[in-house]
Amino acid sequence: MFNIKVTVRLFATLRQGRFKEQVFDYEEGTTVADVIEQLNIPHKELGIVFQNGKHSELQQTLRDKDILSIFPPVGGG
Amino acid sequence: MYAWTGNMIRVNLSDKTIKLEKLNNDDMKNYIGARGLGTRIYTKEVDPQIDPLSPENKMIFITGPLTGTLAGSGGRFNVVTKGPLNGTIAASNSGGNWGPELKFAGYDGIIFEGRAEKPVYLWINNDQIELRDAEDLWGKDAHDTTDLVKAATDEEAKVACIGPAGENLVKFACIMNEYNRAAGRSGVGAVMGSKNLKAVAVRGTRGIKIADYEGFLNAITDTRAKLKAHPVTGAGLAAYGTNVLVNILNEHGGLPVKNFSEAAVYPNAEKISGEYQAEHNLIRNKGCFGCPIGCGRVSKNKGKYKGIGEGPEYEATWGFGSNLDIDDFEAASKANFLCNELGMDPITLAATIACAVEMVEKGFIPREKADLNWGDTDMLVEMTRQTAYREGFGDELAEGSYRLAEKYGHPEYSMSVKKQEMPAYDPRGQQGIGLEYATSNRGGCHVRGYMTSPEVLGIPEKVDPDTTEGKPGLLKVFQDLTALVDSAGICLFTTFAIGLPEIAEELRTATGLNLSDEEFLLVGERVWNLEKVFNLKAGLSKKDDTLPPRLLEEPMKGGPHKGNVVKLEEMLVEYYQVRGWDENGVPGQAKLNELGMTDVAI
Repeated sequence: MFNIKVTVRLFATLRQGRFKEQVFDYEEGTTVADVIEQLNIPHKELGIVFQNGKHSELQQTLRDKDILSIFPPVGGG
Repeated sequence: MYAWTGNMIRVNLSDKTIKLEKLNNDDMKNYIGARGLGTRIYTKEVDPQIDPLSPENKMIFITGPLTGTLAGSGGRFNVVTKGPLNGTIAASNSGGNWGPELKFAGYDGIIFEGRAEKPVYLWINNDQIELRDAEDLWGKDAHDTTDLVKAATDEEAKVACIGPAGENLVKFACIMNEYNRAAGRSGVGAVMGSKNLKAVAVRGTRGIKIADYEGFLNAITDTRAKLKAHPVTGAGLAAYGTNVLVNILNEHGGLPVKNFSEAAVYPNAEKISGEYQAEHNLIRNKGCFGCPIGCGRVSKNKGKYKGIGEGPEYEATWGFGSNLDIDDFEAASKANFLCNELGMDPITLAATIACAVEMVEKGFIPREKADLNWGDTDMLVEMTRQTAYREGFGDELAEGSYRLAEKYGHPEYSMSVKKQEMPAYDPRGQQGIGLEYATSNRGGCHVRGYMTSPEVLGIPEKVDPDTTEGKPGLLKVFQDLTALVDSAGICLFTTFAIGLPEIAEELRTATGLNLSDEEFLLVGERVWNLEKVFNLKAGLSKKDDTLPPRLLEEPMKGGPHKGNVVKLEEMLVEYYQVRGWDENGVPGQAKLNELGMTDVAI
């Protein structure tokens, strides 16, 4: 039962072969880790994950209308 | 003498005398080099109350012991003086190859004092040092000046110079070196202009001696392997440059919009992002001396603002972009190219224009004086040019946002700290950087303890940006370590991948100084306290350790940090305690003595 909608945004190298932004339907209880796995993002390519702009942990579950922003490890200043 | 050359050049511009001096051994051990040692020498010689643009001010160009060595990213030098933008101690840091070249010529630094009667430039060719006439160079931009000085001296010479902004005493003029690198902040270029010093050209062909050659090779091999292996320093910065932060800060809800007046989320951020630049404008990346990171951008504009130049970095893209509601990357890039040519700090310029646009919009600055609007790209380019030449309204912009806003009766619209403009991070989304801005010894600045690293980027580990808990202690460590890095002569970006143990080992093996890691970190704390003491003697006090009222009183209007203000007071009380200062933020003599600074009087 796909009953929540989540906007996934990818940045920098993670866009290669994937997308910039897409809305997915997920089952309730889907975690951040499930999305990362579905997108085939290797853990070493994973940097920052924001859930609605706040730092997220992999085991966190997603809610309807969440925005998940995923970055490789990047920095600047 | 190892790593240091031990030699300083003293140039009196008033009587045109040039002398060589030896560095003081205790000062080298206690303050290391560049920002630290430069500030030590400067504060021993200059009255903190002097006018920064008077002949009584001095300016010191100075390298660190690791500058010009094989240490990773050892291309840095500092310009230490009292800054005209805000009267605080200025240590403006630049990369490129100029610093290493000075070391290769046989000198750690140059002290300039007095004021030349007519424009001059200094030419250092190993042992030969001479002041030359620069009247023909006056009025030239930084790129033409560099070409002309190289043609007149040596094509291999490295040239640091000012453009028209420095000559015209724009309060935030830069010193440009090798065309597009800059000692960018605090207005050090105006000090050079006030002294009628147009350029400093250097050619050096000698080496640098290392104390423990094998130990140093091991240390730099380790450091370079870590810089290469870390995804930020080994890949991310080369691919996207610092501009990759546009989308990160935007998703985080900390990308300031319209002079920090709106929610720090810019709907069109993608169009000014590092990803956009890499896809549409990037020609190649570029590194400074000995740098395996290579974060620099060589970039091309194709449309209306066509041209090739370097940058823009994140700070400039933000300033000329979302902070002015401009979503045209090439317009932001053009303004940045102009800043490189004219020799101006894009952070302060952009923030000053943003302040002016808001004040025109609110009716505080009459529209007949300046017809400024959000999102106006041609206005941006024209104001950039006018400011450097002090033409029209540019003459008022050239004073920086604080003086401008004060003149029209509303200093609260200046988004500055201690009269220097804050960069591209809204502190209502990051409590730690709020405290960093408020306590920075040179005012609004992100490179005096970069709290964005843990709070947003999660490096070295994630901390909650919305909490104040633990921030004062963490900030103190970041500030002290940054002061050590800046004093060593290496780039701050190395600290994404390495930390105190690696930097201390490079310094130990290069210099032969037998100090522990903790003793090296203490150097950073000493530098921080020395800068603080100078500022207090220059007339600053606790009331200056603050933020614009907007950030303390106006809740963030939207985004992930909606409703937040910076809870500064509670952090500041704890910060002073962590620093061992009194409740007014004054380091007592006992604290200075504890740091071994017995000859520094408060």
